[in-house]
Amino acid sequence: MLKIEDLTVEVNGKLLLHDVNLEVKRGYTNVLFGPNGAGKSALMRTIMGFSEYRVVKGRILFNRTDITGLPVDERARLGLGIMMQRPPDMSGIKLKDLVKVLSKGTNPETLAKNLDMKRFMDRDVNVGFSGGEIKRSELLQLAAQNPSLYLLDEPESGVDLVSIEQVGMTIKGLLEEGLNCPGESCEKGKSALIITHTGQILDYVNADRGYILCNGTVMCSGNPLKMLEEIKSRGYEECIKCRLMK
Amino acid sequence: MQTDEVNLKKRAESAVEKKAAFGEDIELEKFEEGSRVSRPIEDLQTLDEESKRTLLQVGVVPSEEGRSGSLLVLDNAVSHSSLKDKNVELMSTQKALEKYEWLKDYSWKLVSVDTDKYTAKTYLENADGYFIRVPAGKKSSLPVQTCLLLGRDKVFQTVHNIVIVEEGASLDIITGCTAKKGVKEGLHLGISEMYVKKGATLNFTMIHNWAEQIGVRPRTVIKVEEGGTYVSNYICLKPVRSVQTYPTVKLEGEGAVTRLNTIAIAHPGSELDLGSRAIFNAPGTKAELISRTITIGGRIVARGEMIGNAKGAKGHLECKGLVLTDKGSQLAIPILEANVDDVELTHEAAVGKIAKDQVEYLMARGLTEDEAVGMIVRGFLDVGIRGIPEELKTEIENTITQTAFGM
Repeated sequence: MLKIEDLTVEVNGKLLLHDVNLEVKRGYTNVLFGPNGAGKSALMRTIMGFSEYRVVKGRILFNRTDITGLPVDERARLGLGIMMQRPPDMSGIKLKDLVKVLSKGTNPETLAKNLDMKRFMDRDVNVGFSGGEIKRSELLQLAAQNPSLYLLDEPESGVDLVSIEQVGMTIKGLLEEGLNCPGESCEKGKSALIITHTGQILDYVNADRGYILCNGTVMCSGNPLKMLEEIKSRGYEECIKCRLMK
Repeated sequence: MQTDEVNLKKRAESAVEKKAAFGEDIELEKFEEGSRVSRPIEDLQTLDEESKRTLLQVGVVPSEEGRSGSLLVLDNAVSHSSLKDKNVELMSTQKALEKYEWLKDYSWKLVSVDTDKYTAKTYLENADGYFIRVPAGKKSSLPVQTCLLLGRDKVFQTVHNIVIVEEGASLDIITGCTAKKGVKEGLHLGISEMYVKKGATLNFTMIHNWAEQIGVRPRTVIKVEEGGTYVSNYICLKPVRSVQTYPTVKLEGEGAVTRLNTIAIAHPGSELDLGSRAIFNAPGTKAELISRTITIGGRIVARGEMIGNAKGAKGHLECKGLVLTDKGSQLAIPILEANVDDVELTHEAAVGKIAKDQVEYLMARGLTEDEAVGMIVRGFLDVGIRGIPEELKTEIENTITQTAFGM
């Protein structure tokens, strides 16, 4: 579904990512680990197509189509959807109105009820929202948008322990929507690439593959749960050493 | 009384050449006097379809449904006046001055005749207009609508309005200022003096919808007494040659409150010089002056001034301007003045283009760039008119949609 080949990216002339290779198959949920400043958010925003991020080398394929040069809205319409970590304040735009524009057919009120966001429908999007409220608002918009590939940038950051269950279960629900059994997922399931710092989100979603991003490139990939254990006990230092030895 | 009038006349005569402090100087001689007589219009619904549409676009409902009264000034003649609500008095200013001896104490008392040549001209023309009064403790159940209509090309209109909301009373006014189709050039001079007495409330909404070669010079002063509230929404979204206005609210009684909202779009060739001023002359008075303007090729000057003369005064001034094309310009001039201690006046001004991160945020949800910009623009203007009557809001939102998307 998503294939990234030798991707090198600059922002304002500064190199942020280099030679990144990564893949997310249909129905797969892959996880991106990495220390602060490694370039995880930059990679996700490059995949989405935000104009600040200039691809200087490599390409991004989505369903075998090269989308490297496509503007952000065309990527969205092809099926990419992003949950941003720090979305901009949208003064004057009520959440209700945005969700209504996005949801083709689905009832915004029902979506909002499921996410306990009804109270926020008359508020301006992101204005004065807490960390957890931003996540729920992003998820509500994503649910309305209904993409086939979810790009989730740290869904658990800034969320309190009670809300994390709600956020986690909602993401699980979105990814498993319309599936009768796990076997169907590689044909008609949703895909996801999730950035996580703490790995808490892995309590709710089944991750298929993990990637570690350090210093702007992918260090290695493998079983996400094992990788998380490794990172928890030995930190990212070991990854860098390991890569150097290779 | 006689000497009073002689004095006023002298002062007005001395100011006939006096240029206004702001805005392009308009040659009054270029325009003919608009007709002072007009066939009375018994029912606004008998107007032709085109005129009815013109009225509707400025919030004036020809069927008068949802309105407690209506008054129409066509060129220089009051041609329609009707009233359903017994809690309100509505008539032409000239009639009111004949009827009430005491009204002279309100006429030309807030706006000086010698402010500039426009006020002088309006005085010397003995202009008519609307008089609205709500007796103490009464409340108009529905808004009163007034319409100032330019009906003929190349004429000037002079209007003098007086509004009095007595103690504890409450009133909503919707004023639509517009020109009939086919009127290309013209001049509108409008004097408004409004009195909001102790504990009273006045909500005043004014929609301007002129034409490309019309000059507009309103002169408005409002006096708010103890515990009174004055809320104004000024909306100007269509092309116009030049508008220069600087309504001033004098907060004269303890705890008086005002909020002035302005939303405007400057089209190519339009020059909008829009200000609002609050003068805090009593303790514990509050004001909020909000301006949201967009240029799509015209020039905008957004002025705001707050003068704190009494303790406990608190005010906030917000001028935000978007520049959507290379040809337009935005100039924000906020002025804050504190003349005693214990005054808290703040301002926030920003001019420039739409933030790219906002546009791309919506585009990442699948909206096209045009859709994203349209939504942001609508939201931007919407903040400027929060709190206005719901039914009117729908009308304004429709105008915004038409204008914002017809750019």
